Amino acid sequence: MKITLKVWRQKNGKTPGNFNTYTLPDVSEDMSFLEMFDVLNDELIRKGEDSIAFDHDCREGICGMCSMYINGRAHGPLTGTTTCQLHMRHFKDGDTIVVEPWRASAFPIIKDLMVDRSAFDRVIQAGGFISVNTGNAVDANSIPIPKEDADKAFDAAACIGCGACVATCKNASAMLFVSAKVSQLALLPQGQPERNMRVKKMVEAMDEEGFGNCTNTGACEVECPKGISLDHIARMNRDYLVSNIVD
Amino acid sequence: MILDAKIPEGPIADKWTRYKATIPLVNPANKRNIEIIVVGTGLAGASAAATLGEMGYKVKAFCFQDSPRRAHSIAAQGGINAAKNYSNDGDSVHRLFYDTIKGGDYRSREANVHRLAEVSTAIIDQCVAQGVPFAREYGGLLDNRSFGGVQVSRTFYAKGQTGQQLLLGAYSALSRQVGRKQVQMFSRHEMLDVVIIDGKARGIIARDLVTGKLERHFGHAVVLATGGYGNVFFLSTNAMGSNVTAIWKAHKKGAFFGNPCFTQIHPTCIPVSGDHQSKLTLMSESLRNDGRIWVPKKKDDSRKAVDIPEDERDYYLERRYPAFGNLVPRDIASRAAKERCDAGYGVGSSKMAVYLDFSDSIRRLGKDVIEARYGNLFEIYEKITGEDPYTTPMRIYPAVHYTMGGLWVDYNLMTTVPGLYATGECNFSDHGANRLGASALMQGLADGYFVLPITIGEFLSKDIRTKAIPTDHPEFEKAEKEAQDRIARLMSIKGNKPVDHFHKELGKVMWEYCGMARNAEGLQKAKKMVQDIRASFWKEVRIPGAADETNPELEKALRVADFLELGELMIDDAYDRNESCGGHFREEYQTEDGEALRDDNNYAYVSAWQYKGDNQPEVLHKEPLVFENVKLVQRSYK
Repeated sequence: MKITLKVWRQKNGKTPGNFNTYTLPDVSEDMSFLEMFDVLNDELIRKGEDSIAFDHDCREGICGMCSMYINGRAHGPLTGTTTCQLHMRHFKDGDTIVVEPWRASAFPIIKDLMVDRSAFDRVIQAGGFISVNTGNAVDANSIPIPKEDADKAFDAAACIGCGACVATCKNASAMLFVSAKVSQLALLPQGQPERNMRVKKMVEAMDEEGFGNCTNTGACEVECPKGISLDHIARMNRDYLVSNIVD
Repeated sequence: MILDAKIPEGPIADKWTRYKATIPLVNPANKRNIEIIVVGTGLAGASAAATLGEMGYKVKAFCFQDSPRRAHSIAAQGGINAAKNYSNDGDSVHRLFYDTIKGGDYRSREANVHRLAEVSTAIIDQCVAQGVPFAREYGGLLDNRSFGGVQVSRTFYAKGQTGQQLLLGAYSALSRQVGRKQVQMFSRHEMLDVVIIDGKARGIIARDLVTGKLERHFGHAVVLATGGYGNVFFLSTNAMGSNVTAIWKAHKKGAFFGNPCFTQIHPTCIPVSGDHQSKLTLMSESLRNDGRIWVPKKKDDSRKAVDIPEDERDYYLERRYPAFGNLVPRDIASRAAKERCDAGYGVGSSKMAVYLDFSDSIRRLGKDVIEARYGNLFEIYEKITGEDPYTTPMRIYPAVHYTMGGLWVDYNLMTTVPGLYATGECNFSDHGANRLGASALMQGLADGYFVLPITIGEFLSKDIRTKAIPTDHPEFEKAEKEAQDRIARLMSIKGNKPVDHFHKELGKVMWEYCGMARNAEGLQKAKKMVQDIRASFWKEVRIPGAADETNPELEKALRVADFLELGELMIDDAYDRNESCGGHFREEYQTEDGEALRDDNNYAYVSAWQYKGDNQPEVLHKEPLVFENVKLVQRSYK
């Protein structure tokens, strides 16, 4: 099928960017969206032009590195799908597709479709862990955890840190990402000792990075490729309030 | 040079305990002054960097991805083994040790494997303490499942995302140390060379992938945890960025390369769909617990799977291996699939696939149970193929998945270069000629949490008086200049073909002649072909853009240039080993019924290759494998 792409090109964070239009006459419906970019880049290089820079690595929907904003939606039109798992059979012959990078001031553009998401790492470094040194652990079965709690913690922990929640939010809020980690650890007995401190530190770090506030529109939940629930934001808000009262 | 594996004296079950009790230590005040470089932040690297930081060392950690959380350990699906015996099915440290040695077709080192089995239980404890949400029973205790090549249930898992959860656990421990400033993290950095001063590894040259700038970093020791080199085949289940560069550069600086030809072909991957294919996606081995593998009994049967009646289906694994059935080890399952497809019984449009069928299990257990166990895998399958595995059997075919070979290391995980360590998949040490499922995660975390942080003390304890070496030292300058020149040379070629063109050509040759089956004649042919591809790469490659900016094509070119050298060594190694063992199947050496035929009299050794300079043949050293605790027999899963 014939596909027309309007792709955001930007040399680096200091120069302004613009959309370039490319036409691909023969796209297979079995291709993934990123494989279509491979084919386009192959052609650009053979023509002596600069290839399009985009982030990607595992190409199986789990590393969280791919990050395209496709036709106004983070990771494209399918729910629960990362860009690398989006296949061209979901588009039609003759379609024009607009591809942009994640847009959020906390995620500065590096080049073309690549952005800097290191703000997420810094939020985790502020408190997204349980302080247990290697060798300190007790036997894994010494603390039973109700299956329901373990499953809920798993659902929160399934976050891949891709940043689609931030990219899609009109406020560029990182609440879904941060709350997923806060919630995972708050649901487990091992996470209790640091529970109050953790939520405060992580929220503080989140604010410092310049993410926007949450206005509960729920856009993040809709676009999250891993279906992380808005419930986690509610849980984090409650914990945050409690931690302030405890103080 | 005689290879000394430095295996401690004493009975196998006491070696590690005794070693730990007698190893020289570094006191806390001295640890503060010692710097360690860790390259790679997958399970092996992140766990090592975190643990070394906790111990008080100053650590610098590097990864090429935009965050340490994205290393390809994240994609491991099925699980992690540990000899906990929570299932009360007769498991023990000895049994895990034995299964691993046998599964590896008797080509791994007993002492290392036993240590791995010993520390396996502590890994689970550590991960649970970090908040890793493993699957649990209703009583709140941990659930286990079984995996290929064993008869106990010792695999801990978190749905089909075990690697993700373990990596995020290690990443959280690493992040904690970054927050405490014990670890300095360098994301989007790629190591381009190791710096050796007075015979010891003392630092690295890394390229900042955003600015393109080359940087020099000093460390009293350097730990490589950079994963496997399966992308030498172009198509593999590895991530797009997974590469051999760090260990290949180390190899060229004196680290011997162990068993380079030992690669694992995973039996259950989604088949290739066309020339545009950029990578292959694994369907976890755990699926073989409930899925049955079959092909039609009739050649070139073009009916739909559901239209083929039961008595016209050949469940070839159950037929050939009644004792293990669909749960035979990976190498055996892969070869059996290839055998059926080569014989004309393959399915799908390419005829290079077999069915993995869940209809029996869905009938027996209900769709809900199957969905709870494998829901996310079924979703991945449907996304990629557009087919629903609940109603129509999956089509699968083997694909390159893991490399057992890697840098040769001694018991301390140190390479033949003093102060240079290799952990996780990038060393050769624990899996012999074939790795068992759910053992890669185990080894990565064993090395990183429990082995390396202790064994590195032996080297560092003698180094406490060494002051940080300034990075204007001539050896740093030399190494940086070499990296700079290589980049300049690549950029100046300005040919007419992109990097991928050469990578795909290399991959085809490696898959055809050095893949699931090999023979002497094909290997000789392939050697010449790889040399030719390499020569044309250096004449015709085109890299757009500039070296001093973000340039993904340059990154690829630097990696592929190294794969083009590695490929030849893999071929040499496969040619040298005149036997079949594990994933290394030489067609000349097989039993009457087509099973791998080992030659223990002549090939019970680790091949350790020494680089001798450009265009010089590498020199083969042999570390004899001594088996004192396991009797060598032909593997039988019948």
